[in-house]
Amino acid sequence: MDPIVINSILAMGGLGLGLGAALSVAAKVFYVYVDPKIGEVADCLPGANCGGCGYAGCSDCAAAMVAGEAAPNACKAGGDSIIQAVAAVLGVSAGAAEREIAKIFCRGTHTSAERKFLYKGIQDCRAATLVAGGDKTCTYGCLGLGTCVTNCPFDALSMGENGLPVVNEKFCTGCGTCASVCPRSIPKIVKESQQTAALCCSHDVGKIVKAICDAGCLGCGLCKKACPEKAIEIDKFLSVVDPEKCVGCGDCYEKCPTGAIQSLLA
Amino acid sequence: MEDYFMLIISAIFVNNILLIKFLGNCPFIGVSSSMDSAKGMAAACIFVNVLASSMCWVFQKFVLEPLSIEYIQTLAFILIIAGLVQLVEIILQKVAPPLYRALGIYLPLITTNCMIFGVAVLNIRQDYTFMQAFVYSIATAVGFSMALILLAGIRERFIVGKIPKLMDGFPIGLITAGMMGLSFYGLVGIGK
Repeated sequence: MDPIVINSILAMGGLGLGLGAALSVAAKVFYVYVDPKIGEVADCLPGANCGGCGYAGCSDCAAAMVAGEAAPNACKAGGDSIIQAVAAVLGVSAGAAEREIAKIFCRGTHTSAERKFLYKGIQDCRAATLVAGGDKTCTYGCLGLGTCVTNCPFDALSMGENGLPVVNEKFCTGCGTCASVCPRSIPKIVKESQQTAALCCSHDVGKIVKAICDAGCLGCGLCKKACPEKAIEIDKFLSVVDPEKCVGCGDCYEKCPTGAIQSLLA
Repeated sequence: MEDYFMLIISAIFVNNILLIKFLGNCPFIGVSSSMDSAKGMAAACIFVNVLASSMCWVFQKFVLEPLSIEYIQTLAFILIIAGLVQLVEIILQKVAPPLYRALGIYLPLITTNCMIFGVAVLNIRQDYTFMQAFVYSIATAVGFSMALILLAGIRERFIVGKIPKLMDGFPIGLITAGMMGLSFYGLVGIGK
């Protein structure tokens, strides 16, 4: 036979054999134990890789669940049936997964919040913040160009006539996309049962807030004094409600001079 | 020394593997939509490119040429690259888990990247010595990374731009890549 044929067969066969041997040796020597449960949990998850859980994807979340770093109900997009399936694989009780929804933490409408200039550029909040920090005088407030609305994967947001986005709680899954695209993180994901919150993000001192917005939290602390459950803290001139302690009595609503702190249960 | 300098400049800027030679364009468009994935891909590419083309060079010079069966080069190189990437993946997972997590998903993608194979073949066609081939493969991979990261930087800004609906996504990415290629063409003629 022609030596070229023999040489080719020997060379390629040898190469294949060598690589195959190297691979199988490496697979033994560098064997990494992967918990078979991770695969089972990953099969239960939706597989949409939405990232709503805070992990890189469904398989990453499954690994965290098996390792005990994430709760079995960490998958927010999947709903109750998936949580039960995951819990069954892990052999733990699921615990009631509470639904989470987005709330708009700004009340600075067209009429109540002052504007520095007239912005006529690209109609996107992320673009607007690049121009002198946005057209609103308040550097924490909603710019109202609706980046959250266009990016909501579930069509749960719409732009209200007053210049603030409105959450349709029926469609909201609490995925947090709106919060991550908003340059000022105005939409915040809260537990559905949270009763009270100060709908403002401004950490400016009360004097400044008062000058530029009629509806912002001044950080005066009247709500903190009024709260019988000590559920309210003032964090850098912004009132923050601890949802675990709040009983929804409503004592703070009347005391607030601007009405920023209010009931979330419409 | 000067030769190596020219080789590096030429491979990175003048004969950029992506923009002038048009090799490895699938990841150029595929993973350039966000900066994080572009960086991961770039790092993985440099790593695999250097390994694979050195191995291919050795195989060519010590097996294929002495046996005068160079005609089988394509097949042999693809086998080497695929086997090598698998091997690297297995070893990385054990030895350097953080690196594996960063590069892991890009490694299998690189197996089928035409740039890796292209550089291996170019090394042979241009009659490079081992050292030249080694430097050339680092430089081409750096050129690839640079073009990829540049495009990712531009494409990240598209989210706030007004792009007509039918141009959104890949079409505008391709046009941008074309314009980048055109501007890099201005460098042709520098060096050899």
